Amino acid sequence: MIQVEHLTKRFGLATAVQDVSFEVRKGEILGFLGPNGAGKTTTMRVLAGFFPPSDGRASVAGFDVFEQPLEAKKRVGYMPEQPPLYTEMSVDAFLRFVGRIKGLPADKLEPRLGEVKELCGLHGTGQRLIKHLSKGYKQRVGLAQALIHDPEVLILDEPTVGLDPKQIIEVRELIKRLAGIHTIILSTHILPEVSMTCQRVIIINKGRIVAVDTPENLTSQLRGGERIELEVRGPVDTLPTALGTVPHVKNVLIGAPGPHDGHHTVSVDVDGQHDVRHLIARRVLDSGFELYQLKTQAMTLEEIFLQLTTEEEAA
Amino acid sequence: MRNYVAIVRKELNNLFVSPIAYVVLAVFFAIAGYFFYIILTNIMQRVMEMSMSAQQFGQPPQPVDVPAAVMRNFFGVLSTILLFLIPMITMGILAEEKRRGTIELLLTSPITNTQLILAKFSAVVLFLAIMLVPTILNSVLLYFFSDPAPRLVPFLIGYLGAFLLGGSLLAVGLFISSLTENQIVAAVVTFGVFIILWVLDAMAEPASTVGNEVIRYLSVLNHYEDFSKGIFDTQHLVFYLSFIFLGLFLTSVSLNSPKWRQ
Repeated sequence: MIQVEHLTKRFGLATAVQDVSFEVRKGEILGFLGPNGAGKTTTMRVLAGFFPPSDGRASVAGFDVFEQPLEAKKRVGYMPEQPPLYTEMSVDAFLRFVGRIKGLPADKLEPRLGEVKELCGLHGTGQRLIKHLSKGYKQRVGLAQALIHDPEVLILDEPTVGLDPKQIIEVRELIKRLAGIHTIILSTHILPEVSMTCQRVIIINKGRIVAVDTPENLTSQLRGGERIELEVRGPVDTLPTALGTVPHVKNVLIGAPGPHDGHHTVSVDVDGQHDVRHLIARRVLDSGFELYQLKTQAMTLEEIFLQLTTEEEAA
Repeated sequence: MRNYVAIVRKELNNLFVSPIAYVVLAVFFAIAGYFFYIILTNIMQRVMEMSMSAQQFGQPPQPVDVPAAVMRNFFGVLSTILLFLIPMITMGILAEEKRRGTIELLLTSPITNTQLILAKFSAVVLFLAIMLVPTILNSVLLYFFSDPAPRLVPFLIGYLGAFLLGGSLLAVGLFISSLTENQIVAAVVTFGVFIILWVLDAMAEPASTVGNEVIRYLSVLNHYEDFSKGIFDTQHLVFYLSFIFLGLFLTSVSLNSPKWRQ
């Protein structure tokens, strides 16, 4: 459905995206993960036809984005990070306008308008001016304008940025519902978002693809082990030796004191996929410590990045 | 075609939801009406004086073509009002789209840049028509109260000239609005460019060298004069149409340029 081959985009001397190739199958949700400035928006803008690539090719639904731009654009719904809204228009007027410029036939406009508003949770807001809507509703209107012409491909640039937690969940649910009907590319810099919504992830950094895989594979591959965090009270200096003999424990790190008087946080690295939490808990208690908390620490995006980028440089 | 119409409608709609359109229209009608009144009374007074002095010398009063004189002066004033008001109409037309990011919506829609520019230009030309058409009432007044009734064609030629001049200025304004994200900057630069176009005529030395002729030719007002006298000359029509074409062409170059899309 979407094909990108050796895409490069330069702005003057700066290279925003370098030699990026990937493919998205019909009905798939692809996550585009990367820190700010990694080249996510640039890649999406090329796909949406906002500017041409400096090198390479991109095609959507079989149409080259720059050789047959009108055909390609008809099949793409694009929501930029900042939703493009004419804020002095009402929701209905705005969505009708977008429907018309996207080439939606006149007889399909009204039914589709109803559908999209229902889908995006915009019922009852039709007559309201966009400028009077809350941030969350504006985001929904942004999503609705991308959907109005029922495009085969949806490109969503950070669709949940700036929303409150409840709205974020709603938008994610909505995206999941759209899967299967539309082929979706969405960008984010939040790792859980990707694992919740996407079937495949591309990690991009400094304009290059560093990894492509399913979210599960990516996390398990990168982890190579677990990190367990403890909160204990007692003479922590003796803890490393006490825990060192527990099977599979690689490393014990004494963290900062607190949050309560005499408490310490301690990180324990475990190799492989072995669950040794019960062994650790017993050893802590047997050694005369008080245990207040024990939890598995999920790998954060920063860690994944650090790992990926340092591997890249070492290679 | 449908998306072209959609953009024209949206543009006009946008103009009329902001106070700018109403302010421009109100100021325009007030000034145009006032000047029409002043011009008419001045000319009538002069005609009276002339016929009185003719009587003193025992000669029959010379017939004076009052409608033509009034319209010539009125079209002159009209051009000056347009010079001041057109920057207000065009300042936001592309600059605002860029500032708000809505240009991203337009450029990722299945419309060509040419369609987009033509739609934007059509919208402001329609707005110009909304300004100019009501002033036809003035000429209707002249039509009913002068004897013999004036010829209609010179009026129409005068209005054609006002449209062409206005259209040229709108095209320049559209281009300048495409260069910036700030509508105030667009308005000021547009106004500055208009003033230069206005005084080009005066900048030329009287000597008839090639340079001076070129400068005189480029002065937008020079070509307007014949129209305001009710004289139709294809040379001027060609000038204005090429001027409009150039403005729209530069807009498309600026819109196609990748420089600003970062």
